[in-house]
Amino acid sequence: MSRPRASGTRSAPRHARAPRAALLEGLAPLAALAIAFAAGALFILAIGEDPLAIYALMLHETLGTGYGLGQTLFKATPLIFTGLAVAFGFRSGLFNIGAEGQLYLGAFAAALVGAAWPAGPMPVLLPLAILAAASAGAAWGAIPGFLKARFGAHEVINTIMMNFIAFALVSFIGRGLFEPATVRTAEIAPGAQLARLSDWFPALRGAPVNLSLLLGLLCAAAAQVLLFRSRFGYELRAVGLNAPAAEYGGVRLGRAQTIAMAISGAIAGLGGTNFVLGYKHFFELGFPGGVGFLGIAVALVGRNRPLGVVIAAVVFGALSHGGLVINQRVPKELVDILEAIVILSAIAVQQIVARIARRLD
Amino acid sequence: MAAPAVHLRDITRHFGSVLANDAVSLELAPGEIHALVGENGAGKTTLMRVLYGLLEPDSGRIEVDGKPVRLRSPADAMRLGLGMVHQHFMLVGPLTVAENVMLGHEPHGRFGRFDLAAAVARVRELSERHGLPVDPAARIEALSVGAQQRVEILKALAHGARVLILDEPTAVLTPQEVDELFAALRSLQAQGTTIVLITHKLAEVKALSQRVSVMRAGRVVGGGATAELTIERIAGMMVGRAIATDLPRAATHPEVPLLAVELLDVNDDRGLPAVRRVSFAVRGGEIVGLAGVEGNGQHELIECIAGLRMPVHGSVLIGQQRVSCRSAAEHFAAGLAHIPSDRLRRGLVPAMTLAENLILGLQHEPDLGPGPYLDPETLDARAESLLAEHDVRPPEPRRLASQLSGGNQQKLIVARELSRGARAVVAAHPTRGVDLGAIEAIHRRLLAERDAGCAVLLVSSELSEILTLSDRVFVMYEGRLVHETSPAATDERTLGLHMTGRRGSVA
Repeated sequence: MSRPRASGTRSAPRHARAPRAALLEGLAPLAALAIAFAAGALFILAIGEDPLAIYALMLHETLGTGYGLGQTLFKATPLIFTGLAVAFGFRSGLFNIGAEGQLYLGAFAAALVGAAWPAGPMPVLLPLAILAAASAGAAWGAIPGFLKARFGAHEVINTIMMNFIAFALVSFIGRGLFEPATVRTAEIAPGAQLARLSDWFPALRGAPVNLSLLLGLLCAAAAQVLLFRSRFGYELRAVGLNAPAAEYGGVRLGRAQTIAMAISGAIAGLGGTNFVLGYKHFFELGFPGGVGFLGIAVALVGRNRPLGVVIAAVVFGALSHGGLVINQRVPKELVDILEAIVILSAIAVQQIVARIARRLD
Repeated sequence: MAAPAVHLRDITRHFGSVLANDAVSLELAPGEIHALVGENGAGKTTLMRVLYGLLEPDSGRIEVDGKPVRLRSPADAMRLGLGMVHQHFMLVGPLTVAENVMLGHEPHGRFGRFDLAAAVARVRELSERHGLPVDPAARIEALSVGAQQRVEILKALAHGARVLILDEPTAVLTPQEVDELFAALRSLQAQGTTIVLITHKLAEVKALSQRVSVMRAGRVVGGGATAELTIERIAGMMVGRAIATDLPRAATHPEVPLLAVELLDVNDDRGLPAVRRVSFAVRGGEIVGLAGVEGNGQHELIECIAGLRMPVHGSVLIGQQRVSCRSAAEHFAAGLAHIPSDRLRRGLVPAMTLAENLILGLQHEPDLGPGPYLDPETLDARAESLLAEHDVRPPEPRRLASQLSGGNQQKLIVARELSRGARAVVAAHPTRGVDLGAIEAIHRRLLAERDAGCAVLLVSSELSEILTLSDRVFVMYEGRLVHETSPAATDERTLGLHMTGRRGSVA
C-alpha cells in the first residue's frame, strides 16, 4: 500500500522522505507511460506502420485540438468517478469491484428523476437528479458493506454479484418505462441537464465534455480532504491499514466499513451523471460499459490518491479517444494493448521505485 | 587461535539519515557463545540482518571461516552454515514439526513424492542428538512457545547451521523453559556450534556466554570476556550511564477501586471459555500484577477490559462506571489507558506516521482540530513534545511508525496511552522486547501513574517485572485467579510453580 501522505516539502527535517525519493516517485508514472509506448511501438512496427507518426497523430488528436481535448476529458470524466470510488474503498481496506453496477444504477436513477418533472426549475431539479445518482450508488455500495460488517461476507464477491443484480434490475424495471420500441428512458427535463463546457470554452465545440467533469474534480477534492484531513478519514485509513489497531482505537469496524462502501458507491453513482445529465439526456440499456472495471486500473495507476486518480483518468481517457482516431491506420485493439501495458508497467515501475526509494530513505 | 568462524569488518549501514551500523566489527570465535547486547535501536538487529543476508551493508566486509563472502540473501547465509532464530517465529502453524523443519529441502521419495517418514526420522535424529526434545509428528500450533522455539533451532540445524543467531530467545519463555533452552544451547556448544545470543537480559549474558560485545548508537562500544565484566559494567556500557535498579515509590493509600471486574466469563476466538468467574479490583494508587504463562486467559481478560471483546457473563467497571465492552471508545471515555500486548497488530498502524499514531483512540478530541477536521500542524506539535518527552528516536513526527525499532515503537505507545489522563491503566507486557534504558523509563512512568493515584493492572510474563512493580500479585492459570500474594511474600520460583498449576488453588 502506498504511503498516506505525499511529501512535497523538500528540506524540512520533519519530513522523512528524501527529496530524491519523492522526485523519483513523481517521475514513475511518466516512466510507465514511456515503457508502454515503447512496447506499443513494436506492435505498430509489426503491422508495418510508423510508430512515431501514429503517436504524433494520437497526441495531436487527443490533446492538440480543442475538440480532441474535449473528447478526452469526456471519456475521462466517468473514470474519475469510478477511479475515485475504487481508491476510496481501497483506502478503507475494501475492494469495491461494484463501481460498474453502482454507476449504472446511478445513471438510471438520475434519468428517472430528471424526466419525472418536465417543467422542473434547474436549481431544484438538477440537484435532485444528482442526489438520485449518488443515493442509488450509495445504496448499492452500502449493501455489500453491511453484509461484510454483519456477516463477514467478502465484499469482492458481493460487489461482483451486485453488478449482475444491478443490470438485471434495471432491465426489469425499465421494461415498463422505456420509450416504445427502444431500450431508453424518456428525455430528461431541460432543468436537469448539465451544460457542456463548450458553452464557456468555444474551442471545445463538438465535444460532449460537460459540467459532470467539474463535479468529478469536486469529488476528488472532497475525497482528499475527507481522507487526509478529517477525523473520520483518519479512522477509515486506520481501518484500511490495520483494522485491529483501528478497533483498538475505538473505531467501530462494521459501521466504518458500511459507510465507506456507501461513500464509494455514491461516488461511482455520480459517474452516471456524465452520460445521462451531460450528454445523451436519457438512460439507455447497456450504455458505455466497462468504466467501472477500468476504474480499478485508474485507481491502481493513480496510486489511490485523488489527484493521481484524476491524472490517470485523463491518460486513460486520452487512450480511449486516441483509439478511435488512429483506427483507420492501425487496429483499434492497439489501444487495448496500450492500456494493458500502461497498467502493467505502472504497477511494475511503482514496485521498482518503492524499492529504490527504500534504499535511498 | 583458529580463524574466526565469522568476522564482520567495518560494517556500515544507513537507513535514511539514521546510521544504524557505523563501522562495526565483530569476531565470533568457533564454538563460543557470544552475547550481543545493546539498547533497542543500538544496531544489533541490523548487524545480524546483514550477517544473515537480509540487508546489504553500505560498506564493510564479511568473512566466514577466514574467507571473504558476499551475502545477498538468507539462502547464501544458510549455504555458508549460518542459521537464525527470529524473535517472531517463522513457522507454518497447521503443518507438523517434521514438515516445518524440512521445509525447503524436503527428502524426496519416488516420483518426487515428499518422504514424510524420512523427514520424521531425520528430525527425530536431530532432536535427540542436540537435546532438543520435540515430537516430529506434532502440529506446530499445538505446541508451547518453548517447543516452537526448539523447532526453529532444529530447522536452522537441519539446514546445516554451524553458527546460530538467536534474537532475544528468552523473551517469550517461562523461567523453567529458559533453563531448558540454556541446557540445549550448552549442549550445542559442546558439539561445536557457535552461538550469537542477542539479548537485553544481562543475567543471561553472565549465565551463558563466554564473550560479550556491547553496542550503542550503531557502534560497538565495549566488550570482552564475560567472566571479567560485571553486570553493572555491561549495563553502564549499554546505556552510557548508570542504571537505577531500585526505583523509588511513594507511599500511597489505595482506597477507591478504579478498575474492577465482577464474575467475568470470557470466551476465546474459538468460543471456548478462556476466563472463568474472575473478580478483582484495582484501587487508585496501586499496581496489581497479573502473572501467568501466556494463553491462560490474560489476553481475553484484557481485551474485555479494553472494550474489544464481549464477556459471556459478568461486568467491567472503570472508574466505578459500568462499561459495555462493545467499543474501545466507550472504555477510553470512562478513563482507561491500554498498552496492548501486540504492538504491531493492536497498538500501532505501522504505515501511518508517528504523529498519526499518537492520536489513535484520541481522534475525536476537540483540541486536535476544528470541527470534523484534524489539523496537521497541531498533530505535529503534539507529537514533537510527546516524542521528546518520552525519548522516542528518531523524534520525527512524519516518519512512519514501521521505521522505528521495536523499543521505540513501544515507547510511542506508552507516550500515547499515558498522556490520556486516564484513571485506570492496563499495561500488557509493556516492556517485552524493550531495552534496559527503555524498560527503566517505562517502569518509572507506570510507577508515576500509580503515585498519581491511578489504578494500574500490569500483565506480564516477566516475573522480575511483576515483582519489582506490583503492590499485589495475582496468578492466572487456566482462566482462573489461582493465587494472590504480595512481592514481599513470594519469589520467582514460587510464582513459576503457581503459573504452571503445580500448586494448589486458593481462589
